[in-house]
Amino acid sequence: MARSRDLRPGYSRRAQYGIFTGYVVAIVGVVAGLVVLGVSLIHPEAFSFLRSAGSEIAAPVGEASATARNSGRGLLATIGAYFDAGHQNLEFTREIAAARADAVTMRAVQEENRRLKALLGIVDPAAPPVVAARLIGSTAASARRYAVLDAGSGHGVHEGQPVRAAGGLVGRVVETSPDTARVLLISDADNVVPVRRASDGLPGFVQGSANGKIAIRLLTMGTNPLHTGDIFVTSGSGGIYPPGIPVAIVSVPQRDGAEGRLAADPAATDYVVVLPVYKAPAVAAMADSLKAAGPPPKDDN
Amino acid sequence: MALSPRISTQRNPAGTEAGANVPINRAPLPWLANGLPWASIMAMSLVTFSPVIASAPVIPPLAFMTLLAWRMLRPSFLPVWAGLPLGAWDDMFSGQPFGSAIVLWSAAMLAMDVIDERYLWRSFVQDWLVAVVLVSGYLLLQSGLAGLAAGYPLPLTVGPQWLLAMVLFPVVNKAVAMVDRVRLLPLRRL
Repeated sequence: MARSRDLRPGYSRRAQYGIFTGYVVAIVGVVAGLVVLGVSLIHPEAFSFLRSAGSEIAAPVGEASATARNSGRGLLATIGAYFDAGHQNLEFTREIAAARADAVTMRAVQEENRRLKALLGIVDPAAPPVVAARLIGSTAASARRYAVLDAGSGHGVHEGQPVRAAGGLVGRVVETSPDTARVLLISDADNVVPVRRASDGLPGFVQGSANGKIAIRLLTMGTNPLHTGDIFVTSGSGGIYPPGIPVAIVSVPQRDGAEGRLAADPAATDYVVVLPVYKAPAVAAMADSLKAAGPPPKDDN
Repeated sequence: MALSPRISTQRNPAGTEAGANVPINRAPLPWLANGLPWASIMAMSLVTFSPVIASAPVIPPLAFMTLLAWRMLRPSFLPVWAGLPLGAWDDMFSGQPFGSAIVLWSAAMLAMDVIDERYLWRSFVQDWLVAVVLVSGYLLLQSGLAGLAAGYPLPLTVGPQWLLAMVLFPVVNKAVAMVDRVRLLPLRRL
């Protein structure tokens, strides 16, 4: 469709100035946007108040859609269950029998563990979770991976606290507002999590690669001992994430490290739990010493 | 900036049923006619609060596509500076570094102006091609800026999003046209 020739509004000075001002404002918009962009690239927290206000406004929308997500999945699962009910029944019966036996063993091991710990005088610092909340949104159209949580500083959520789902680690809190919080998911490239292999404690770290997969890198050099299906859990080093939370499962071993998938897919979680920072004093001391020492020397690799 | 010509030129869309039997004492509601495009673009920015908690960029930039669709359907409705406020709103939710949408949306509005000037009469396919060019540039620059903010060169993960955006643009266009019909429903009694 052709544009109407409203750019030549005749002799009206007012209309001519209006159009001219429009273009000026548009170009100022580009320039101001560039300035704002520069500021937010240098100081990512600079405009967090605006984002917080935004998520406060939009939180009800997210709540509604989180409910829809849960009920929608439930509905699909219910329909799907009819198709393989008999087959599943058999499988479950077998699984329950195995699980009962395991549970008895587990209870014995737990008892023994408790006894041994008491013997050694170890106090288990199992801090209670801060709050249980729902993920109400995520940056699905952006290359960065953030999610929005429907609990905020009013519920005791603070920056740096780890967030986990039933299946495993989800991410950590990076911004809070009174009723919402922004979570940096572990699939974001900016999030590096120290991990160890669950079976033998092989140390490494996990970094997001923004496409839903994550990269597992090992700290040891040499032959790659990873196999498909290896489970990595948080190691507790770094002091933010408590040890023993599942993070990633190896899907494709590579020459150095592996490509993995998330232990807890954020899309499949209904409730998540915000945990207190594992070793808060240590993290604070680390940040202070980094601040005192200045930025690390740049190495080009 | 006059209210009446904007509405009056768009009344009675040629040959539609809505236009055929409208009583002469009816007109569109001014706030609906003027506010719905803005509201629809802002609502599309809230798509991050959709039920999908994505672990990869999968949803096309619907708000930007809606902006383009409105700009193509009603070339003189959105002022050329519309990218500034709408982009700022989108930045609040998109997860991109703040300011990226302000820049890119404002630039897109100016680019559309140039395109209007150069290709005055365009068909649907040409509009689609323009959208392909603008959305591709938008996605590339956005993921580049996100990589800059992460301090880590992100692998190019916009592929699925890009394909989806290309395929969905006519749908968005059609949806915007339907919203436009709602916008001009003659609900006000004169």
